[in-house]
Amino acid sequence: MPKTLFQKVWENHVVVEEAERPSVLYIDLHLIHEVTSPQAFAGLRERGLKVRRPDRTVATMDHSTPTLPKHLQVIDDQARAQLSQLEKNCAEFGIRLFPLGDSKNGIVHVVGPERGFTQPGMTIVCGDSHTSTHGAFGSLAFGIGTSEVEHVLASQCLLQTKPKTMEVRVEGTLGAGVTAKDIILALIAKIGTGGGTGYVLEYTGSAIRALEMEARMTVCNMSIEGGARAGMIAPDDATYQFVAGREFAPKGADFDKAVERWKKLPSDAGSTYDTRVDIDASALEPMITYGTNPGMGVGITKALPSASDFSGAERAAFEKAMTYMGLEDGKPLLGHKVDVVFVGSCTNSRISDLRAAASVMKGRKVASGVRTLVVPGSHDIKKQAEAEGLDRIFTEAGAEWREPGCSMCIAMNGDQLSPGQYAVSTSNRNFEGRQGKGGRTFLASPLTAAAAAITGKVTDVRTLG
Amino acid sequence: MASFTTLTSHAALLSAENVDTDQIIPARFLKTLDKNGLGKQLFFDWRYLPDGKDNPDFVLNKPEAQGAQILIAGDNFGCGSSREHAPWSLMGWGLRAVISTSFADIFKGNSLKNGLLPIVVDAATHAKLVAAVKANPQAQLSIDLAKTELTLPDGSKVTFPIDNFAQHCLLNGIDQLGYILSFDDKIKAYEAAHA
Repeated sequence: MPKTLFQKVWENHVVVEEAERPSVLYIDLHLIHEVTSPQAFAGLRERGLKVRRPDRTVATMDHSTPTLPKHLQVIDDQARAQLSQLEKNCAEFGIRLFPLGDSKNGIVHVVGPERGFTQPGMTIVCGDSHTSTHGAFGSLAFGIGTSEVEHVLASQCLLQTKPKTMEVRVEGTLGAGVTAKDIILALIAKIGTGGGTGYVLEYTGSAIRALEMEARMTVCNMSIEGGARAGMIAPDDATYQFVAGREFAPKGADFDKAVERWKKLPSDAGSTYDTRVDIDASALEPMITYGTNPGMGVGITKALPSASDFSGAERAAFEKAMTYMGLEDGKPLLGHKVDVVFVGSCTNSRISDLRAAASVMKGRKVASGVRTLVVPGSHDIKKQAEAEGLDRIFTEAGAEWREPGCSMCIAMNGDQLSPGQYAVSTSNRNFEGRQGKGGRTFLASPLTAAAAAITGKVTDVRTLG
Repeated sequence: MASFTTLTSHAALLSAENVDTDQIIPARFLKTLDKNGLGKQLFFDWRYLPDGKDNPDFVLNKPEAQGAQILIAGDNFGCGSSREHAPWSLMGWGLRAVISTSFADIFKGNSLKNGLLPIVVDAATHAKLVAAVKANPQAQLSIDLAKTELTLPDGSKVTFPIDNFAQHCLLNGIDQLGYILSFDDKIKAYEAAHA
């Protein structure tokens, strides 16, 4: 019987399957960070358990780490205690850690692929909802809570009820100025933040095939914003080339054997999904969000919805969002003032994202009064960007060039908006207060963010020339 | 994990839809090593005014909400991040069940592992509950997990869906890690076959 990519990866990892019970699923790679792991390690100690497979566990520090190059001053004692607890936990249980300041440190979902830990066909989990990023390699990757972090540390397994599958078919060719970020924002605008609940998404179609690996990661990263725990893209030559030669990837004959295995992963002809959504890539324009969840997005030239378009609870939610955002309904966002621009996060902090932002900022200046932060996803990316001179393009334009970390995406490290400020951000969440209490976020691509930095307004990058 | 069998309580009403975990507990409170004591941070940015005083308009600050062990929430409750601090803070405030028309997946899983019961009802039942609690904030709701039955203030009963295994674990206070580890032989066999 023909099988989908998801079915193959799932079946390859089932340890126990019983009626009326969730399956016991084996986990190939467990990524951990400082924020969601301390209580899990405490649980292990209470039970006197060990980490079953430290060799399949990798830790990094990213959520609350400082990004100011000169100081590297951790924001407060609590954050410092959490970082030092991760160090203690990794030392005690024999887990590889890329700590603050380490040359291989970076955002967990950037480091995994970059070092070659992330490989096609794997099951990958992390106590972080953006673990869906790794699905870009044709792995089944999803975020878990801290209880589950403890389960995986102790047993290398998780209890999982088999999800349904949704095909997201993206056909056509992206126009100039339109990127992977715009595909995923358009999907979430279409299905809503709960539309993918209970599903694993598989992104298919010519527009997905045409994306580079980093762009595929951007798409899969935000699957969770549509309610889906995981999003997957079948591996192809672009995937194998990306993985080849990376530090922890198989080498030589082992790599060739792995590729033979990986080539069997794509969904078989005739395999079926529980449901399907279509996106016409050719019809997309740069997307921007206007509200307080990632589903509240529009094409950048379009008017925002009007309150009268909604009724009942939906109308109440829309009006609440418009009040928080301080926006008028029914009008376009173009030209709206911007105080801060953030280029970074596990969604858009990779070298191709920085190149895109730099292509807009090159030879230009950040508008007066706008604060622009560019935060690379890892030290490798930072080094690469500096070798290409991107850092100078940013700093000469008047932007801040920072050390790697989650930074203003989650605002745990001191990089944050002030109440009432407007940001165009390449991150993944525009929830109330996400980037700092009272801060107001417009989510967009690196191109659109850079355009806003230059003009100080929400801008259609295609009109900048 | 605390077991859950039956519960009778009045309910607090939070009608907003798509309440994300950043609202349930903002990220700046995640710099903790503990899972206890997070009740004070629950809905922090909605619950307190900029000067730190209680926001009198927020549902959990109203006198009638005090002591409620059930929260009636809007659709897609708990969307966003995977932070288990969300159920920890809801439970820290004293809640043991949340009723909505739907829940985000990770939040639902995290809640079930901590003895916080997510109950899904249809839109008509939800509307009926909202009306009943608005009419009488002290109206009592009863939950019987063994029967998967919710009794509304008017005495009418609805059954709610719950995964059999999660129900079994909650009723008996069974810890899921112990269950997984009971398959140690099979895990070893899997590892041997896939080495």
